Amino acid sequence: MTPVQAIIAKELRGYFVSPIVYVVGAVFLLIFGLLSYLYVGFAGAQAIQLMQMQGGMAQINLNDLVFRNLFASMRIVLVIILPILTMRLFAEERKLRTFEFLMTSPIRINDIIVGKFISVFLIYLGLIGLTMLVPTVLMLFSDFDWNPVWTGYMGMVLLGALFLSVGLFASALTENQIVAAFVSFGMLLTIWLIAGLGNLFGDTTAGRVISYVSYMDHYDRLLRGLIDTSDLVYFGSGLALMLFLTHRVVESTRWK
Amino acid sequence: MGKIRNQTIWCSFESGTAPYLRDCSHRYPFVIDVQNITKRYGHHTAIDRVTFSVAKGEVLAFLGPNGAGKTTTMRILTCFMPATEGTARVAGFDCTEQPLEVKRQIGYLPETPPVYQELTVAEYLTFVGRLRGITGPKLSSALDQSIGRLELGSVRHRLIGNLSRGYRQRVGLAQALLHDPQVLILDEPTVGLDPKQIIEIRELIKSLAGSHSVILSTHILPEATAVCQRVVIINKGRIVAEDTPEQLSARLRHSEKISITLKTCPADCEMKLRAIPGVLNVLSGQTGGSFLIECELGRDLRDEIARVAVLNQWGLLELRTVSMTLEDVFLQLTRHEDHLSEPAETMVSMASTQRTDT
Repeated sequence: MTPVQAIIAKELRGYFVSPIVYVVGAVFLLIFGLLSYLYVGFAGAQAIQLMQMQGGMAQINLNDLVFRNLFASMRIVLVIILPILTMRLFAEERKLRTFEFLMTSPIRINDIIVGKFISVFLIYLGLIGLTMLVPTVLMLFSDFDWNPVWTGYMGMVLLGALFLSVGLFASALTENQIVAAFVSFGMLLTIWLIAGLGNLFGDTTAGRVISYVSYMDHYDRLLRGLIDTSDLVYFGSGLALMLFLTHRVVESTRWK
Repeated sequence: MGKIRNQTIWCSFESGTAPYLRDCSHRYPFVIDVQNITKRYGHHTAIDRVTFSVAKGEVLAFLGPNGAGKTTTMRILTCFMPATEGTARVAGFDCTEQPLEVKRQIGYLPETPPVYQELTVAEYLTFVGRLRGITGPKLSSALDQSIGRLELGSVRHRLIGNLSRGYRQRVGLAQALLHDPQVLILDEPTVGLDPKQIIEIRELIKSLAGSHSVILSTHILPEATAVCQRVVIINKGRIVAEDTPEQLSARLRHSEKISITLKTCPADCEMKLRAIPGVLNVLSGQTGGSFLIECELGRDLRDEIARVAVLNQWGLLELRTVSMTLEDVFLQLTRHEDHLSEPAETMVSMASTQRTDT
């Protein structure tokens, strides 16, 4: 077992021993289930309306009415919930003075950061995996195109990875978990609102550059079923940047 | 001809430097070698040009009050933080240049035992072993050995969060010993332990001497006396003295002190005690009948004092020599620091050499 694997195993154990994963997981799945129910109910109501107007069977698009709305609504859920998952990663180590132990162990800072990130990412993937139950059940009773659903899930995974890396960075900044959660929450919300700022500038170079910084457009394109390289580059480089900044912060604690 | 000579010089130069980069432990008689390290936090100087070394198998105590710079020095040696100036080497590896190598050689117990409360003792030590790259049967034997050494067998499968302070301290020590490092750095290893455990840990440290180089910090002088061959006293970030515990208290002692307690003490007893040849001063204690007698250095007057007490029928209840405590040593050393301009006394010759060096 390599040091990175050892850190992943230890972090996973830490998550499952504490109530965090159970509480966060339950809330996440509850909200996902509730939203699905609402959107499906909504689509059903529309179908009935159409049937009354046109007579006979109405064709409704579940991809547009359910999944796109559902995934779009999950943005705000992720903004609120993921900082709770990441807040302990470094803050707790610093609070409990185990940070010094990690830093004096013969491992690289990169190993620590990658191990911690992978552990929380695995938990997130697990939660996302559980939500697959919703499209699976819907498949039994209706007909829809799976491809936009897959790209929607891809969007959720990429967006989640970015959010988790922001949370990891915030956690490295402080030894207070609440502060860490709030800092990442604030950062995620700010990056969200930058999209609005971009819209304000309209279709100018400045507007496009500012909009690019926000995850909104990139995520929306994936929800519409578009896989654009520039979006993948955005998520990949954002993740890399946040992990790099985390490395700088962790490294800099040695100099303080 | 000149060309050939140049070439020869160049070759020998290269063959001389190559092994130096790989492993230079054979070049350094000291396992730990600290030269003039300084650590500044902004304008605050935590340690100021500290120089010391530890030989193989030696146990060195770092004595000093809180905030003296003990922990900072240890953190520099364990590569947790770099020094602002100066060099520190462990087993021939430079702490700034080759931190990973240094970390491999060291077992470190920080001030607060670095334990994860959500893990059991065995899980925690397994995690520590894996971080250090120990795997398979080697790991399980290392685990058994360190659990046995610190008598943690009974709590092996209990969550660390549910253990007492003393057990956590021992788990922290087990962590430091797990990979059988050649250098051990222990920051106040006996804090939070009960007296029986303190004795056991001291015995353990003593048993490590010879095969391991140990630096431990403490502010308890008897602890240093009990386990260490050498003591470094640090105050306000500077080394003020460095010697064996016996030498240190002997050098700092100007007089022998004897404490006595008498059952009855007539008015003239203090005068009669002063009259004993060799007695410098007699101080009466807080309770009636107890006295502190200062005698000339090198003279043991216990016999004489007892004789006088018996002759006068004072009823001698207690008679003992008073050894110097850390407080005394400290007060003397810091007082010396404050009166730098006064002629240096012989006692802190080490300290004064240190000062002229720097």
